[in-house]
Amino acid sequence: MTTQEAFYNYLVRLGDDSLILGQRLSEWCGHGPILEEDIALTNIALDLIGQTNNIYELAVSIENKGSNVDQLAFLRLEKEYTNVLLVEQPNVDFGYTIIRQFFFDVYRKLVFEALCNSSDERLAGIAEKSLKETKYHLKHSSEWVIRLGDGTEESHRRVQEAVNTLWKFTKELFFQDEVDQKVIELGLGIDTSLFIESWNQNVTNVFTQATLTIPSNSWQHEGGRKGTHTEHFGYLLSEMQYMQRAYPNMEW
Amino acid sequence: MSSKDWPLWEVFIRSKQGLSHKHVGSLRAADAQMAIDNARDVYTRRSEGISIWVIESKLVTASDPDESAEFFEPAESKIYRHPTFYNVPDGISHM
Repeated sequence: MTTQEAFYNYLVRLGDDSLILGQRLSEWCGHGPILEEDIALTNIALDLIGQTNNIYELAVSIENKGSNVDQLAFLRLEKEYTNVLLVEQPNVDFGYTIIRQFFFDVYRKLVFEALCNSSDERLAGIAEKSLKETKYHLKHSSEWVIRLGDGTEESHRRVQEAVNTLWKFTKELFFQDEVDQKVIELGLGIDTSLFIESWNQNVTNVFTQATLTIPSNSWQHEGGRKGTHTEHFGYLLSEMQYMQRAYPNMEW
Repeated sequence: MSSKDWPLWEVFIRSKQGLSHKHVGSLRAADAQMAIDNARDVYTRRSEGISIWVIESKLVTASDPDESAEFFEPAESKIYRHPTFYNVPDGISHM
């Protein structure tokens, strides 16, 4: 694997995470529990899709094969997407959505903090801009985790259930293979294993306030980074890709 | 309003140019922190502000519209209260 290929794949993974989570969150548009939260969730969705756009722009310029961001976002096959499985999990209810978001936000903030020092200035610039957005996303999701976890009996039961269901997708956030090794060597990308401890600590701190517990079941799921997805992903893609497939090369 | 509804909050935003916070509208939130967050999402999406205040609407005491005649009309005929009868000396700008 050349450096160019590794860096391209690395960027696509980074962009796929935010694209798919952005798509999931956008499903809340018009369905939020209250108007204010409806806007908050769709603001976050737009932030994530904006981050994706910047990351994909950089990816296609690295790849240098004349493809564009829309092709990358909307015209790949299921196996060609390399997002982590966590972000493609269905919304289910507001509690699930918040727990999924919280796990991702804690991780993503650590990623961007470290990527601010990427040896690629363009990526460092994207990280710096995205970090500000991500800090807000984390504040938003953390407050909701506490509010729901330490809220009513029903809200506690529901978010604890979401934690129990989604926990098995958290280890994959720290998946690394030869793509990562290559970009880490060159200082382009970052070694996420260095902040597993921080991630656990941050999650535990919020969970303590929220009176939530981490499940003892240690079985973990992975495959997203290699293109093996959960059953939900095909449905998400068919909706997300509809416009570009029905009207090839359409632009907004 | 049923007891299940969150309280109403009034939102004040200070824009980049403005010195004072201006009332921009209201929203619902369970507590003050949520009201600030919601105000950020609902009222500053287009860079409208650099500072937010929120206050629970029930804490605002308003003048009674039925008293507006005795409250406000007497001032209408007292134009001498406006500082419009002064000669501005030459060389004074921004007046």
